[in-house]
Amino acid sequence: MAPLLTMHGIDKRFAGIPALRSADLVVERGEVHALIGQNGAGKSTIIKILTGYYRKDAGEILFDGRPVEFSSPQEAQRAGISTIYQEINLVPYRSVTENICLGREKRRFGLLNWSAMHAEARALLARFKIDIDVRRPLMAYPTAIQQMVAIARAIGFEAKLVIMDEPTSSLDEREVEVLFNVIRQLRQADVSVIFVSHKLDELYAVCDRVTIMRDGRTVQVAPMNQLSRIDLVTSMLGRELSQVLHEGHDTTDTASETPGSVLEVRNLAIGRKVSDVSFDVRPGEIVGLAGLLGAGRTESVRAVFGVDKPNAGTVSFGGRENAIVAPSDAIRAGMGFCSEDRKLEGIIPDMSVRENLTLALMPQLARRGIVDEARSRAIVDRFIKRLGIRCTGPEQRIRELSGGNQQKVLLARWLCMNPKLLILDEPTRGIDVGAKAEILSLIRELAGQGLGVLMISSELEEVVEAASRIFVLRDGRTVAELHGDEVNEQSVMSAMAHGHESDREVAHG
Amino acid sequence: MNTTSLKLFQGIGRYGVLLALVALILFGWLRYENFLGAFNVLTVLRYNSMFALVALGMCFVIITGGIDLSVGSTAALGSVVAALLSPYGVMPGLLGGLGAGLAIGACNAFIITRLNILPFIATLATMLAASGCALLLADNQSVSVSYETGFVELGQGDFLGFPIPAWIALIAYLLGSLILNFTSFGRTVLAIGGNEDAARLMGLPAQRVKALVYLASGGLAGLAGVILAAQFGAGQPIEGVGWELFAIAAVVVGGTLLTGGVGSVGSTLAGVLLLGLIFNILNFENGLGWISLSAYWQSVIRGAFLLLVVAIQARLSMRTEEAA
Amino acid sequence: MADTATTLPPAHRAPRFDVRTILTRYGAWIALVLLILVNLAITPNFATWQTLNVNLTQVCAIVIVGVGMTLVIATGGIDLSVGALMAIAGALAPLIFLGKLFPLPHPAIGIALAFILPVLAAAALGWFNGWLVTRLRIQPIIATLVLFIAGRGIAQVFTNGNLQVFNLPSFQFIGLGRVFGIPFQAILMIFIVATAAWMLRRTVFGRQILAIGGNEKAARLSGIPVASVKKRVYLISGFLSGIAGLIVIARNSAADANLVGLGMELDAIAAVAVGGTLLTGGRATIIGTLVGALIIQLVRYTLLANGVPDAAALVAKAAIIVLAVWLQRQSYR
Repeated sequence: MAPLLTMHGIDKRFAGIPALRSADLVVERGEVHALIGQNGAGKSTIIKILTGYYRKDAGEILFDGRPVEFSSPQEAQRAGISTIYQEINLVPYRSVTENICLGREKRRFGLLNWSAMHAEARALLARFKIDIDVRRPLMAYPTAIQQMVAIARAIGFEAKLVIMDEPTSSLDEREVEVLFNVIRQLRQADVSVIFVSHKLDELYAVCDRVTIMRDGRTVQVAPMNQLSRIDLVTSMLGRELSQVLHEGHDTTDTASETPGSVLEVRNLAIGRKVSDVSFDVRPGEIVGLAGLLGAGRTESVRAVFGVDKPNAGTVSFGGRENAIVAPSDAIRAGMGFCSEDRKLEGIIPDMSVRENLTLALMPQLARRGIVDEARSRAIVDRFIKRLGIRCTGPEQRIRELSGGNQQKVLLARWLCMNPKLLILDEPTRGIDVGAKAEILSLIRELAGQGLGVLMISSELEEVVEAASRIFVLRDGRTVAELHGDEVNEQSVMSAMAHGHESDREVAHG
Repeated sequence: MNTTSLKLFQGIGRYGVLLALVALILFGWLRYENFLGAFNVLTVLRYNSMFALVALGMCFVIITGGIDLSVGSTAALGSVVAALLSPYGVMPGLLGGLGAGLAIGACNAFIITRLNILPFIATLATMLAASGCALLLADNQSVSVSYETGFVELGQGDFLGFPIPAWIALIAYLLGSLILNFTSFGRTVLAIGGNEDAARLMGLPAQRVKALVYLASGGLAGLAGVILAAQFGAGQPIEGVGWELFAIAAVVVGGTLLTGGVGSVGSTLAGVLLLGLIFNILNFENGLGWISLSAYWQSVIRGAFLLLVVAIQARLSMRTEEAA
Repeated sequence: MADTATTLPPAHRAPRFDVRTILTRYGAWIALVLLILVNLAITPNFATWQTLNVNLTQVCAIVIVGVGMTLVIATGGIDLSVGALMAIAGALAPLIFLGKLFPLPHPAIGIALAFILPVLAAAALGWFNGWLVTRLRIQPIIATLVLFIAGRGIAQVFTNGNLQVFNLPSFQFIGLGRVFGIPFQAILMIFIVATAAWMLRRTVFGRQILAIGGNEKAARLSGIPVASVKKRVYLISGFLSGIAGLIVIARNSAADANLVGLGMELDAIAAVAVGGTLLTGGRATIIGTLVGALIIQLVRYTLLANGVPDAAALVAKAAIIVLAVWLQRQSYR
């Protein structure tokens, strides 16, 4: 039988810069097909071309035996291609039912039949073992449920092909398992799935074949079980793995003996999500904050930085207690904060690398309110060189940079202030493997020079490798402090997973 | 999370405006002799039906997260076209005005959905264009309507003892409410306002629905123009200045979120009546002779009222944010 | 735009002389030059001092208000109240120098106060807009809608809707005076444009404005005092509206609260849009606003001077706005 989907020789340019160069993608019927590559390899572009969000410049697409060129996601959906995007793309104010059923409503006498639609939404969610009030607005439910709603919507369309772009990024382990069961159900029903993910374990757990992309080209297609992890990563990065893994372990424990904390947080409580969190960071030390989604990690560090107001507890920084009520206080006191969402809270897309890099430093660069451009240029040049930021020059717009390089600019934004403490919330999210290693080794180097680092990461191995101490948060409380030999994945996981009350709560919203 | 606060917010938006309306009516009834007399009630309804039509279109537009600044001059253009065609009968006048409104609406739809220009700026431009067209057609002066064809009945006549323009507005609101709540078109309007990208990726025909919404807004404004011409016996090329902002104010007072995604047709009507009654009560107050507030106070009071409503909304949404 | 404040052209693109890029980047300038050339060819007596002065004086108030509007739009906001604030300033000034508000010890003091107080009042109301936007977190369009509706009413209530006619050369210098034959208001306009353009490019405040418009959350996390910057920007917009209001009444020798600044918010926004400032914020050009206002004015002048009715000029203005913003979008892709 002919493959369900054949994309051949696809070209796409944005403003003259090629994003896809003769890329190929073939998906068989009833298979789960992994699509992987570094950021900027062209995965998203090829998916958006398939779903009609972008128009291709060249190449051909055969779907279900017929040549197609969709001009909108709507057309693609009608032809049997459903997509679940990385960021949840639903309408928060509207009810769960509407989010699932919009686009294929049930009607009676030409008007909407609400009761039938509610029933269908409930039935679809039941496949995921989720039982919620479908009339309530979507925003009433936690992210994981919203993700499931997005998947239920896609499946409800009786699709022949379901595309999942990093669907697991906001799910916990149990939810991932539920999702995998659904994917297997789909496969049995002869529905094909394109699965995009950065997490190797997941790929090996659920995928049949893999297409690897690099620099807009398809570089390898292989059955999953015939491809070792090393080969997969090598092929994805296009260089020897040894280079990637060239990182020393020697920095651990160098500074843990230094007395006195730069930051000390005691019994912090914020809103409903954080009830009792305590941790501390010493100079020259990397401290990890671990925990499942919703454990209160991000909320805690935001309060430390003065973004949100805590209800109770003490935050002492540099010896002063609760002196920080706004980010500007935190910055003045010597803190830096790279937020979780780079696009939403980090970069100023239309500004140049230089302007982004000096954003926080600006008041110090100015004399009587006038920016000293010469000094600003000197500083920017120094950091571009030192962090190896790849850009055409300091005046390039930051939006044109890759994720990894944007993140380096944001790191530099704080480093040029000579901070005493740097808070990093998911510093490597959405960044390719190569840049990840660079950023992590940079953080280590900085800690070696006496900087205190507080790091949140959802990738356990990353925290375990980088941090010399780890505080584990669960349901808004600090449940463990691990140091020395305890800093390993097993102990972190067992601390995170002590009891399962949290899971039930998520399921019931 | 904050669904209760959202409900509260919508509730205050929806019932707050009704409460205020009831309070204002009670106030007028207790204070002035003929406030609830048939004459005054019908006059208020007749006069405000034009604004009601414009505000209905605006309500849909705002729910999609857009804005339509062109409705005022579209109404002016509609009134001029209707007046020019009124000698040929009721229908030509009516359809002419409506058609002119739809034409401007189509321009808006094209500029916003095809050229991808922000609604604010697109409708700003068509506002100028419509105003220019109205002045050109009317030769810079008001155009008398023909009194022979019965066209003026559209604005001045009654049907079953109820003003015809009020009938038109009432039917439009019933249809509007039905469409918003019980058709996929209406739900798509709400979805677009909630998150346009998501609506598009969900495969909803976002562009087409948006285009239709602007088309409808133009058509309703044209219809308001027809009523304007019929009610005052003339096409008014310079009328309609500030109507768009009055309509926006009415929609906002009615609890529709200006960012889109949440809104209701019924409370928009209440918002229109509320703002209209303020003017009415001012007239009564002057009639009593106790104080002499010039008509200029009207806009000051409307502004203050708008401020009050948005301040309450803002307070409320801030509190809900904190609670979340 | 020559002074687009956020970015210089990236080095790697310099050799590509794409017609489209040039058109979008310098479109406003090209349009202005073309308009002047066309006028030199077809409009009689175009290349005269008088024509220049007429056009400059017509455009002054719009540009001055447009500068404030550019700054507000650069932060991602909008100010609909500018016309109403002009009316308030315009209504206050004659009340003061005619001694209707309070007795004047000396006419000179009256004139001085007539300059200072109305502008301060407008600035204070601008600050109030900013307060609504930042403290109550009301969307700018609604927050400034309040004063748009109420402001003109306030001015009308002050004057009871009456026209105030006056003849006071020392006050009217701001609208009618000349320095070396150049209208004083044009000099004032150029001074304001130059100061604002420099401020936006070179100062911390300017950078902060653009950063807030580009990404408000990121700006806040970088320690930028978002609320105070926004309040200052709305205050500046009110302040400049006050000045524009005084210029308009001085030019007309009369203050009519019903008409001063009517529709000004739209003219100013149009000038900002045609000039190439991004209406969603984060990218702004003050010189562009000047050019945009000049284009709109010149088109109108060209049409009028060649016998086309004023109403048709409105349609032309609409077309220019759409075309300009559409071109801007093309370059932004």
